[in-house]
Amino acid sequence: MAINFLYPEYEIVRKESRCIACRACENQCAHGAHEFLADKGVMTCDESKCVNCHRCVCICPTRALKIVKSGNAYKQNANWGQRTVDELYRQADSGGVLLSSMGNPQNYPVYFDKILLNASQVTNPSIDPLREPMETRCALGAKPHRIERDKKGNIKNNLPPQLKLSMPILFSAMSYGSISYNAHESLARAAQELGIYYNTGEGGLHEDFYKYGKNTVVQVASGRFGVHSGYLNAGAAVEIKMGQGAKPGIGGHLPGTKIVGDIARTRMIPEGTDAISPAPHHDIYSIEDLRQLVYSLKEATDYKLPVIVKIAAVHNITAIASGIARSGADIIAIDGFRGGTGAAPTRIRDHVGIPIELALASVDKRLRDEGIRDNVSLVVGGSIRSSADIVKAVALGADAVYIASAALLALGCHLCRSCQTGKCNWGIATQIPQLTKRLNPDIGCKRLVNLLSAWKHEIQEMMGGMGINSIEALKGNRLMLRGIGLNERELAVLGIKHAGE
Amino acid sequence: MKIDAANLDFEQLNKALKNVQGDSIVDNCLGQRFIGVKRNSGKLTLNGTPGNALGAYLDGAVIEVFGNAQDAVGDTMNDGKIIIHGSAGDALGLAMRGGEIYVKENAGYRAGIHMKEYQEKKPVIVIGGSAGSFLGEYMAGGLIIVLGLGATKLPLKNFTGTGMHGGKMIVRTKQLPEGLPPQVSAAKASMADLQEILPYLTQFSALFTISLTPKKEDFFVLKPNAKNPYTKLYTEN
Repeated sequence: MAINFLYPEYEIVRKESRCIACRACENQCAHGAHEFLADKGVMTCDESKCVNCHRCVCICPTRALKIVKSGNAYKQNANWGQRTVDELYRQADSGGVLLSSMGNPQNYPVYFDKILLNASQVTNPSIDPLREPMETRCALGAKPHRIERDKKGNIKNNLPPQLKLSMPILFSAMSYGSISYNAHESLARAAQELGIYYNTGEGGLHEDFYKYGKNTVVQVASGRFGVHSGYLNAGAAVEIKMGQGAKPGIGGHLPGTKIVGDIARTRMIPEGTDAISPAPHHDIYSIEDLRQLVYSLKEATDYKLPVIVKIAAVHNITAIASGIARSGADIIAIDGFRGGTGAAPTRIRDHVGIPIELALASVDKRLRDEGIRDNVSLVVGGSIRSSADIVKAVALGADAVYIASAALLALGCHLCRSCQTGKCNWGIATQIPQLTKRLNPDIGCKRLVNLLSAWKHEIQEMMGGMGINSIEALKGNRLMLRGIGLNERELAVLGIKHAGE
Repeated sequence: MKIDAANLDFEQLNKALKNVQGDSIVDNCLGQRFIGVKRNSGKLTLNGTPGNALGAYLDGAVIEVFGNAQDAVGDTMNDGKIIIHGSAGDALGLAMRGGEIYVKENAGYRAGIHMKEYQEKKPVIVIGGSAGSFLGEYMAGGLIIVLGLGATKLPLKNFTGTGMHGGKMIVRTKQLPEGLPPQVSAAKASMADLQEILPYLTQFSALFTISLTPKKEDFFVLKPNAKNPYTKLYTEN
């Protein structure tokens, strides 16, 4: 028998004195990490199957379980880290491309954490959002360059279609298929309750969710799954997915094991067939071609809906965004290299793309320099983790942010980064009925509403502290930001001063 | 209703068409894009050369073109019929999910790319002449028929069926296509295959008044080897 070189990265620690052998952990683990030894009447476990999702830890009624990092260590080596070695062993075993999920976990700089916010003192007094009005509403879409008047001198309404949000946050694209029906329902209902939007992702729209259309962005990706006239007109905006931060430059393969039942019907492919999204749109090789798809979607939606073009943050992002701002698109969504995914090759997820903070600052500046900033709104994601990230993103020039990983965390995700297995114990990234039913959409919706209501209040507090009472007045207001521990070049790209300046 | 498209841009022409219920005839088409987008009933007769994305998201209407068509005819088409009395450009029937397209002459690159099907919804493309490279790339469902009329050699070019994982292509040729990608297998057509395409061939004959005498020996069938072509590519990390 071949020797398995891989030692489990985590250990399941069970306090025998507390364990009552209720078998809840065994029952809850779709990966089969726990087992009841009937002859001995005790629980045991196999760590090699554990993905560290903490489902058993949370469900254990006596708090008998915890998961700790394994103490097993290779001989210390600053060059060949444990992860590098383990991945190499995995590939030598299988010959496969490494497949991962969720966002890039590597230790790259997080610029949001190196930016500090301003507050008013003495002059320009701060504002208390509990007592004074504080506007977080915003509208996304192209803004007219000039006021037009009719013959009588009355102002003509020349405003292109807009998305109206109660706060500058949208749930970003996660397809039905990559996440479960209950996860989609939670997002859709929360979006409706909060007055924001959720995004179908590229898997089409389940017929049950058409009723949330006013709070839905429908996505069109290279695979064109589930795209038809009714779908395009069901939402409040149409998003063309050109790229995704977790996997810029490559397409998607939703494995046939996830193409079951409703998902096959919604995507319109036979059950069990892989859903393959090609890397490029095969009708788009240029900005002119993109313009063609933008306008075919506008024609198909009678010019009533804004069109979003979503791209991954890559090296030439400014030139690309400048092109998109001239393509007829109403909104550009930029996804940073820390954005999540249901499955992406590890090497792509961890090594391709650039941080969203830098991409956002550069694009906002470029569009302003070229006088076309009002052609489009900018929505950024990948990864927005808190209300502070949102305030910083808006001050760097974003009109709104996309959140997805944060929303999944609210639903129970513990970032075990094993979505690609399709066995999510939290009922999110799975289509197995026993698992999906664990996510109660009533509770899921409530938790999302809780999270964003809290964030909204925090945004108001931070704005109030700066003496700003409208999110629009914060937009692109880089004077409210200072860098900490950043070099000259980084400060120049971000367009901010260093703390103390 | 009759519309003269001369001097109309695509927005003007399509607005005029949207206001018309029922059948319409458009003369002097000259490259206007998106004609017949999402149209769900009636018939559009186009004289001239319509522009890109003709009949995109088409949802039940019939479009007949007396002339050639450009790129992305029937893009993401859901239902209905498009008839072209000439040749079509690239990406014919891109991501098509229902309905039928008949092209009298040739099609450009990437015809039928990413076609799909689900149960009774099964898109069909019939190309009278030859198809360009990448025919049926990423094909996930549906039926493509290439008749090779007037072709002196194989009516296919390079990389036919790259990434194909569903559907079927039936090609009228005496020689087995060479150099097919590993995902695609080719075999002589069976009687059942011939039966399957006969209704579409009859339509083709009637539409273009071309008489066909199909024999199963004249056809090869191209099918994918697997519906999960990439399962073995990955290792979980």
